[in-house]
Amino acid sequence: MTQKYLIPLAAVFLLFLVAYTGAGAGLGWFFGIVFPYLAVLAFLVGFVVKVTGWAASAVPFRIPTTCGQQKSLPWIKQNCIDNPDTSSGVILRMLLEIFTFRSLFRNTKAAFNRNASNRITYSWEIFLWVGALAFHYAFLVVILRHFRFFTAPVPSCIQFLEALDGIVQVGLPGLFLSGVVLPAAALFLLARRLFDAKVRYVSQAADFFPLFLILGIAATGISMRYFTKVDIVGIKEMTMGLVTFSPVIPDGIGGLFYGHLFLVSILFAYFPASKLMHLGGVFLSPTRNMANNTRAKRHVNPWNYDVPIHTYQDYEDHFRDKMIEAGLPVEKKE
Amino acid sequence: MTKNMIMGGLAVFVLAVLSPFWFNMVTTTQAAPEPELLGPAKQAKKCVLETYDMRANHMSLLDEWRDAVVRDADRIYVAANGNFFNMSLSTGENSCLGCHADKAKFCDSCHTYTSVDPYCWDCHTNPKEIE
Repeated sequence: MTQKYLIPLAAVFLLFLVAYTGAGAGLGWFFGIVFPYLAVLAFLVGFVVKVTGWAASAVPFRIPTTCGQQKSLPWIKQNCIDNPDTSSGVILRMLLEIFTFRSLFRNTKAAFNRNASNRITYSWEIFLWVGALAFHYAFLVVILRHFRFFTAPVPSCIQFLEALDGIVQVGLPGLFLSGVVLPAAALFLLARRLFDAKVRYVSQAADFFPLFLILGIAATGISMRYFTKVDIVGIKEMTMGLVTFSPVIPDGIGGLFYGHLFLVSILFAYFPASKLMHLGGVFLSPTRNMANNTRAKRHVNPWNYDVPIHTYQDYEDHFRDKMIEAGLPVEKKE
Repeated sequence: MTKNMIMGGLAVFVLAVLSPFWFNMVTTTQAAPEPELLGPAKQAKKCVLETYDMRANHMSLLDEWRDAVVRDADRIYVAANGNFFNMSLSTGENSCLGCHADKAKFCDSCHTYTSVDPYCWDCHTNPKEIE
C-alpha cells in the first residue's frame, strides 16, 4: 500500500530537484522557456483531443440520475432541479453541480454500529464537500491572482481580487487567504486518503500524485512570497517575455522559482492524461446533463439500423389456420 | 449535449487558456522598470541593507521600524555597515524618501509593475506632494 503514495511523493521531490539543480547548472533556458511552452502545448492539444474524443462517443441512453420526484400528474410536486425534464432545469442543475458540487454535498458514509447490534448505518458526511469546495475555490483564486505576472499594467479586476484575498492585512508581505486555504484543504484531502482505511483502499498512485504536485507548487510559491524571497521584478520580466513570445532569462532568479515553474509545467502537461480532466468531463456527465423526459418524449437509439421485424399481424397471417385449429384467439378470423 | 455545444465550450476554454498570450497582443504592454538612483542617493554610496536584502526584505524592515518608533520611541537604526539611519519613511533628510528623492521612481515603478499596493500611503504622505 505504501508505494502508492511514496512513489508519487518521491517523484515530486525528484522533479523539483531536477529543476532546482538543472537551473543552477545553466539549464535555465530549458526549465524557464522550452519546457513551459511545451507544457502549455501538451495541455491544450491533450485537452482538445480528450474532449473531442468524448464528444464523438455515442450516448445512446437517457441515463440522468434522478434524485427527486420526476414530472408526473399535475398535483404531484416535481423536483425541478434534481429531476429536471426541461433544458432550463438541466442547466440549473449543471450550474449548481459545477459551482457548488451538489452531488458531493449528498455524500454519505457507511459504517457498522459500535454497539452489540453491529448494524450497518449510513450517515451524512459533509467534510469531503467542504474540503473540495475550499480547495477548488482557493485554487481558482490563486490561478487568477497569477495573472499579475502575465499582464502589465495589471487589470483592475485582478487588483481587486488581490485586495479581497489580502483583506486580513496580516504581516508583510500581506497574507493571502487563498495561500492558507489551498494548502490546508489539499492537506485535508490528502489526510483523507491516507488515514481513512476505506478511502486509502481505493486510492492509487494517480490519486496521490496530483495532490503532492499541487502541495509542492503551493509550498514553493508560499516560500518565495513569504520566506525565502525572490526578485519579483526579474520574474515578471521573464513571465512577460514568455507570454509576448520574446523570452528572456534575467539574472538572479534562483532555483526555487525554476522548481515552482517546473512543477506547474508538469501539472499542465500531466493534466489531460489524468483524473484532473474532470475539469472538462464534469460538463459531459450523461447522468447530469440530460433531461429526464423519457415519459414525454420518445428517444430513439441514434445508431439504430433496420432489422427485419416480424409483427404480430404477420405472425397471425402466418399461423392463423393452426391457431384456430388449436383454439387460440385470433384478431382476424379469415 | 449536442456536438456544437461541446465544441463551442471547448473553443471558449482554449481562448481562456491562451488569454495571457492574446491579451498582451491586443493591449500595449508596459516594460519592466529599470532601477535608478536619484537625488542624494546618487552620491551616498551607503544604504540600510545590501541591495539583495533590500529588495527581498524592505517591507519587513519598514514594518519593524514602524513598531520600534511607535511602541518604543526608538528612532535610530544602526545598519550592518555601521551607519546610522533615522527610522522614518518620509520625514527629514535622513529618511527613506529624504535620500531617494522620487517616490514615483523609487517606490511606485516596481510596485505598480508587480501589482503590489502597500498601505504605507494610507497614513504617510509623499513629501514632494506637500511642497
